[in-house]
Amino acid sequence: MTDSTANGEMLTTADGRPLKAALAKAEAHAKRRAFLLVLPLLAFILITFVAPIGQMLFKSVNNEGFTVHEDLGTGVRTPIMTNIAAWFDENPLGTDPGEDAYEALAKDLVVLRELKAPGQAGTRINYELSGSRSMFTKAARKAKKLKPPYKEAILDLDEDWGSPKLWQVMRGASSSFTSNFYLAAADRQRDENAKVVMVNENRQVYVKLFMRTLNLSLLITFLTFVLAYPIAHLLATLPLRHSNLLMILVLLPFWTSLLVRTTSWMVLLQSQGVVNDALVASGILGDENRLQMMYNRTGTVIAMTHILLPFMVLPLYSVMRPINPSYVRAARSLGATSWTAFRRIYFPQTVPGIGAGALLVFILSVGYYITPALVGGADGQLISNLIAFHMQKSLNWSLAAALAALLLGGILILYWLYDRLVGIDNLKLG
Amino acid sequence: MANSASSDAFVEFDRVQKSYDGEVLVVKDLNLQMPKGEFLTMLGPSGSGKTTCLMMLAGFETATHGEIRLDGREINNIPPHKRGIGMVFQNYALFPHMTIGENLSFPLEVRGLGKSEREAKIKRALDMVEMGAFINRRPAQLSGGQQQRIALSRALVFEPELVLMDEPLGALDKQLREKMQFEITHLAHNLGITTVYVTHDQTEALTMSDRVAVFDDGRIQQLAPPDELYEQPQNSFVAQFIGENNTLEGVVKEIKGGIALVQLDDGELIDCKPINVSQPGERTRVSIRPERVEFNKDRLKEGAHTLKAEVLEFIYMGDIFRTRLRVAGNDEFVVKTRNAPDQVRLKPGTQIEIGWLPEDCRALDA
Ligand SMILES: Nc1ncnc2c1ncn2[C@@H]1O[C@H](COP(=O)(O)OP(=O)(O)O)[C@@H](O)[C@H]1O
Ligand SMILES: [Mg+2]
Repeated sequence: MTDSTANGEMLTTADGRPLKAALAKAEAHAKRRAFLLVLPLLAFILITFVAPIGQMLFKSVNNEGFTVHEDLGTGVRTPIMTNIAAWFDENPLGTDPGEDAYEALAKDLVVLRELKAPGQAGTRINYELSGSRSMFTKAARKAKKLKPPYKEAILDLDEDWGSPKLWQVMRGASSSFTSNFYLAAADRQRDENAKVVMVNENRQVYVKLFMRTLNLSLLITFLTFVLAYPIAHLLATLPLRHSNLLMILVLLPFWTSLLVRTTSWMVLLQSQGVVNDALVASGILGDENRLQMMYNRTGTVIAMTHILLPFMVLPLYSVMRPINPSYVRAARSLGATSWTAFRRIYFPQTVPGIGAGALLVFILSVGYYITPALVGGADGQLISNLIAFHMQKSLNWSLAAALAALLLGGILILYWLYDRLVGIDNLKLG
Repeated sequence: MANSASSDAFVEFDRVQKSYDGEVLVVKDLNLQMPKGEFLTMLGPSGSGKTTCLMMLAGFETATHGEIRLDGREINNIPPHKRGIGMVFQNYALFPHMTIGENLSFPLEVRGLGKSEREAKIKRALDMVEMGAFINRRPAQLSGGQQQRIALSRALVFEPELVLMDEPLGALDKQLREKMQFEITHLAHNLGITTVYVTHDQTEALTMSDRVAVFDDGRIQQLAPPDELYEQPQNSFVAQFIGENNTLEGVVKEIKGGIALVQLDDGELIDCKPINVSQPGERTRVSIRPERVEFNKDRLKEGAHTLKAEVLEFIYMGDIFRTRLRVAGNDEFVVKTRNAPDQVRLKPGTQIEIGWLPEDCRALDA
């Protein structure tokens, strides 16, 4: 394409300006206005969403616990463990730490002591090698009194200081950037030779939890689909005044607090709860074999299926409502049984709604937190509960961030897969 | 049943009633017999129960009372897919997620036909409506008229003996509609299919059908071939609904020798043919078709009653002239005359005398 007409002349407006320039100018004004209109929302999203998520992703590969001390009062940032970091730089992996290494460690411990930072550095090492935090606090307390030869003096304090694993972890931590939290999030670690290996079998939790989250989310998605499809169909075919009432019932869960709904499930499902009492009273169950439906996986599945149901019903309803009943009638008049008419004519037309609902429910349940925390018990916990645990209890934010980033990555992959298989433009949310 | 299946009727409604809500009868008392191969149109205003009748015949609605018979067999309790009735819907109802070929293949697949047989039938059905080239398109890629043809060929592809069409041309523009009217009748007659056609368009009904059933208020008001319907309406609803019609109101004075003397509301007397009036004193609505009105004295029978009229408007319409008159207080009285060389063009304001043959003037219910 060129700016000129066939005979090479430039198209111009009545007052002689080039047409394209005039058009661009006219449109620039409209574009500027459109941009100003969305600016507040854009700023809001940048500040409250993009920035925190970027920061979180950054935290998953960056931890300054062993490299920088930041004074909480004054905000002054002081590099720590600089001597040992220098030693690591000079000596490649596999070098046995000699007297020079222990001297550097002793000097750094003195600095830690002055900054009141041994706990911070110890905690960072402790993430990867448990039990090492106290070694740092203890050694730092006595750091000033240490005399050469430092190696003997420090090993005298605690002979674990000589562990090759410890030195490998310190080497890793002496740089702020690390992939170790991702390894940990996948139940892996580096051994003393920095090779990636699986952690001890009894400490492999995260992969298992990811799998459980995936499985339960798929199960919940499936259950919501099975429950929602007939309801949505009923809603879509009932005369409007009846369907409005039913719609209110479906949406009712949206209007009550999540906490209230979850709590009422606890009241209903616990072993002394309403359902069990009813079963026992009616003689179906003996008093001693009350069903365990709460504080386990069953509880999580039941409560979450209920809570997420509307997210399946609404997209289904929105694709079913406009499907003209004459399609099914046509199929029937052409000789199809009602089952064939459903399977070959009605169902295919609802697939975009199924896709949208399933994606919605699945993504929501993969990241669900409150309900499993309250009714999940030990084996009904999902990955989000562990992320919360690392955010709030163990304060290992880097690991929490790595877990969350893996979750996000997994969802994006599924989303991509869905796009390849079904096509995102086939999605219909309403 | 007292009124059992008459052997020659292919489709039969026997005292059928239908109510959706248990309060209102949408179809009141439907009796209808159709021989094989007939093209019958249900014509009536919107809401008169035409679709309901069609749906009962197709099996999508159940009759509240009465029997529906197909080929002598009662079908009230037979599900739609076993009735073998082809159907064309107003919105065509072509399956949007299938190609044209798949749409046509569907009825054959559910009947378990083999691939080669299916392909042959599909080809024949598409060629029949001249749409063979579109077999791989999707319905959304076709124009309204093309979709209409596909809907028609899909309803015919499995060779049903009875085809139902519910206002199939309602969504098309006038020109296309006229073309399709012709094609549909042609197809139906060539294939010898029995057709029940629903429309609210009277021209469509008159041009296409062997017989027309005029529906109103849940009843068939008259069931007759088009010419009879137009020339011999049995009540004022039919007279008004079919074609253009002039009405004059009055009271029956006497009925004698097959002629009713009616006194119009302004006092004038006219002779009419009594259709559904039976005794003097009854109120009546007199119906005269515009082309049967005569104002040339020479052509009127001797002694025939005439009426005074004032010409209000003269409209030139090419093949005919349409003249509006004031007659017996009615300003909407219309006369249609053929555009012939010797035809008089009446000037507005002229006073004339008009008359007609008593048999063209029908005394109907008030
Ligand atoms: N599914 C239905 N439920 C309740 N009333 C209906 C239904 N279908 C039609 N009706 C009513 O029945 C009457 C006749 O409708 P219909 O058969 O569609 O008339 P037509 O096709 O002649 O326009 C109308 O008053 C309509 O409101
Ligand atoms: Mg209708």
